[in-house]
Amino acid sequence: MERNIAYIALFAALITVLGLVPRIELAAGVPITAQSLGIMLCGTVLGARRGALAVLLFLALLAVGLPLLSGGANLWAVWATPRIGFVIGFPFAAFVAGWVMERTTMSVGLSAFAASLIGGMVVLYAFGLVGMSIRMGITPTEALFNLGAFIPGDVLKAVIAGLVTASLARMRPGVLLSRA
Amino acid sequence: MLTLTSPVETPFDRWPAGLKLAGLLVISSTVFAIQNPWMLGAALAGTMALHLFGGGRLLVYGLQLLRPLWPFAVLIAAWHLWRDTPGIGLVVLLRMATAVMFANLVTMTTRLDDMMAVITWLARPLGRLGLPPRRLAMALALAIRFVPELMQSADRLGTAWRARSARRPMHRLLAPLTLSAIDTADHVAEALRARGGAG
Repeated sequence: MERNIAYIALFAALITVLGLVPRIELAAGVPITAQSLGIMLCGTVLGARRGALAVLLFLALLAVGLPLLSGGANLWAVWATPRIGFVIGFPFAAFVAGWVMERTTMSVGLSAFAASLIGGMVVLYAFGLVGMSIRMGITPTEALFNLGAFIPGDVLKAVIAGLVTASLARMRPGVLLSRA
Repeated sequence: MLTLTSPVETPFDRWPAGLKLAGLLVISSTVFAIQNPWMLGAALAGTMALHLFGGGRLLVYGLQLLRPLWPFAVLIAAWHLWRDTPGIGLVVLLRMATAVMFANLVTMTTRLDDMMAVITWLARPLGRLGLPPRRLAMALALAIRFVPELMQSADRLGTAWRARSARRPMHRLLAPLTLSAIDTADHVAEALRARGGAG
């Protein structure tokens, strides 16, 4: 029990830190940060349930008004913006990534890469599209065009999530709760 | 820990946090139901006027907080101009500006612990699912406590990297950073158990 709480709290803090460390500005001014990488890692390292809870705790931090979302917004400030779909999708993305990780038997790195692609892109984009189309007043198909800018960065993040998860497993066998 | 609570004193600072959050909910759902740009313009003006209870400085600060929205604003404007639906674009932009400004006003006039009390109160139904409010409050406190700690870890790892290499570290620091989060979590778990458990 204590271990669960501690892991969930520390990974919520990790998501926060990854959103605050150096960011790369994309041409369009859309900040690319490692925050969604943190979401992927929650799933691939902690597994479906704990991973999703860690992300929910991060959302709770946003809900109490802390401006921890990359770019410095809290839950209420982001509510009315086109980003809200992605934020709501975060816990689902982590859950699916963890679920894939728990149910595949490929090498850790490959599984974590696949899990991050499915959770952090397929699932997250589905939520993101709905949010964008509602908040921008366009159809989901039209919103699809706006996602193009995120794809290269997100594929790169899935690769990094795979590498990081694999090196964690190498450095400290047994550390992956998703494969426990 | 950083919060957005503004140092400027307003009458809203003394209002209960639950009331302000409920107000935010009502205002943003109303704003999203309105189609008329004039009414939305009036809502935006009204939100700005509310800031004036804290003086001109608060209004300027509130407007500055809208700055991160500009990429969205450009995207929305460009899209609707291109599709020849500038009316919808205007409505969408006014809604976003009003709702975000109002949300920031609520955040600026509410203390963190008051906000936490409301959120843990709202999360009471989760108690039946095995997450009593005490545990949520503890997890929140732990996460807040360890953000600066992990930031320091990240800094130390970055400094150590720069001492060894001229290249940029990029992803190579992520595994040790995650590992330090895991190690800290193990220590925290032990400390919690030693003090009688998480309850």
